Amino acid sequence: MGGDNRFLGLAYVTPYLVGLLFFTAFPFAASFYLSFTNYDLLSTPDWVGLRNYEKLLTRDRTFDKSLSVTLLYVAMTVPLKLGFALLVAVILNYRLRAINLFRTAYYVPSILGGSVAIAVLWRYIFAHNGLVNLGLTSLGLEPVNWFGDPQNALFTLTLLRCWQFGSAMVIFLAALQSVDKSLYEAATIDGANRWHVFRYITLPLITPVIFFNLIMQTVQAFQEFNGPYIITNGGPLKSTYLLPLYIYDKAFKSFDMGYASAIAWVLFAIIMTLTLIAFWSSKKWVYYAGDRRS
Amino acid sequence: MTSASEHLTKPLMTSTEPATTMELKLRRRARISSLFRYAVLAAFGLLMLYPLIWLIGASFKTNAEIFASPSFWPKEPTLDGYINGWKTSTPYTFGHFIWNTLVIIIPKVIGTAVSCTLVAYGFARFEFPGKKILFMTVIATLLLPNVVTRIPQYLLFRDIGWLDSFLPLWVPSALAGDAFFVFMLIQFLRAIPRDMEEAARVDGANTLQTLIYIVVPMLMPAIISVCLFQFMWTMNDFLGPLIYISSVENYPVSLALKLSIDTTEAFDWNQILAMSVLALAPSLTVFFLAQKYFIEGISTGGVKG
Repeated sequence: MGGDNRFLGLAYVTPYLVGLLFFTAFPFAASFYLSFTNYDLLSTPDWVGLRNYEKLLTRDRTFDKSLSVTLLYVAMTVPLKLGFALLVAVILNYRLRAINLFRTAYYVPSILGGSVAIAVLWRYIFAHNGLVNLGLTSLGLEPVNWFGDPQNALFTLTLLRCWQFGSAMVIFLAALQSVDKSLYEAATIDGANRWHVFRYITLPLITPVIFFNLIMQTVQAFQEFNGPYIITNGGPLKSTYLLPLYIYDKAFKSFDMGYASAIAWVLFAIIMTLTLIAFWSSKKWVYYAGDRRS
Repeated sequence: MTSASEHLTKPLMTSTEPATTMELKLRRRARISSLFRYAVLAAFGLLMLYPLIWLIGASFKTNAEIFASPSFWPKEPTLDGYINGWKTSTPYTFGHFIWNTLVIIIPKVIGTAVSCTLVAYGFARFEFPGKKILFMTVIATLLLPNVVTRIPQYLLFRDIGWLDSFLPLWVPSALAGDAFFVFMLIQFLRAIPRDMEEAARVDGANTLQTLIYIVVPMLMPAIISVCLFQFMWTMNDFLGPLIYISSVENYPVSLALKLSIDTTEAFDWNQILAMSVLALAPSLTVFFLAQKYFIEGISTGGVKG
């Protein structure tokens, strides 16, 4: 539509432009500014320079605890969830007739996702005499203190998110199904076994999707809020006190907006750094078959 | 390269002649392994869905029975959980909170569909100054953690007097604020050939008419996916209402459920479970009616990213 007014396209994206300015760009800049201030909502923001960051990084025990819990949570959740999603997708990808039925069944938990009701359910089935422990004792095993023990609580939250591997799996499955079947046949004739085919043909071809899932899941895991807030409220002994909970408490319970913004920016910096590392390293391991896609 | 491999595999693929013993053996092994696979997948699927099945069953149990057996089947089925849960501990019934959720969801879904379609059309079909940079902001927003912008957004809504109203919960989305959807629609649009649109333009339709009469019908499956995802996400949204809604009168379902955990915790478990079932029911129903759109939406939005 070359003959059109050059600004016609701009008119169509105006809603986005307005939203971007008011609800993303301005808050983004304001948040950076606030992180250098003291602001309790009542007076005006009071410039304190780097003091928030200094306190955060050197003298805040809660932050240290919260950061290590968050990193541990992400390091457990993302690989477990993605590994699981990939494994199930690979199994489903063998020409099974009921593939759609299974795909739907496995996808249901992710659709319900962060719902409060699911968090409630998790609390009940992992309660001391809840479903899981009843199952364990009927198998003759010892019941586990899932949420009461600081050693286990974070892992039980991880299980909740791994249970929701469905959306990552659907993306993997779509990628697996788009792999050219003749490549498999050629490799099998050349004497490759199943593992070789998977390792040297399938895996390289789906690296773009692994990359996409990795980034999306990591960004999401760093922002986990509903699970720990509703199920454990950060406890016991702050063992599930993820950074988003700390930010929420600082901002909306103690109304320490400046300090909360500083925590948010540290979290943002961590996420950005990891994303940039992922993008930078992707040149080495992500295979883009640009010319083979139509 | 492809033709060579096709040539090689041809005899294998088109074997209508009587099978050799070797082939029979292979086929039997394949059947056993696929049987095994079905069994594992089915058992695993049941394990995955059992918490949900249990939830539905347990919502009809008496409080005494909930923590007594791992079975989902209620021995003495009762509607007490639903009847008492519906009343809630507030002056409002649970129906009131469902109504609030609807009042948020409807403008949000419609606003998202309209704004994201317009914006995706602008990006996918036009050249304009600053397009490249603007498109980069779509990708950047996609990766931007909400946690960074949340506090100033709160301050902004406070200053314009929107706190404790539904506006902060849907207006940003109605301005194409969910980059994921914009991105998804652009991906779909790029895959649609432009011939029909160009023909319409030649016949004298303006760009808006072309959008409404040609593009939207072709883009409909994707737009439906967007609406469905937005519906689910809004049903599940907890942090948004938690920050912006303060009076119980305006609570959506997610906050009401959290409130009922906090207030009836001690022993009225079946009420909470029953209301959890009601909170999940709309999402589950919509998903089963329209699962095709979910799978397509997530596959396209994701794979081509």
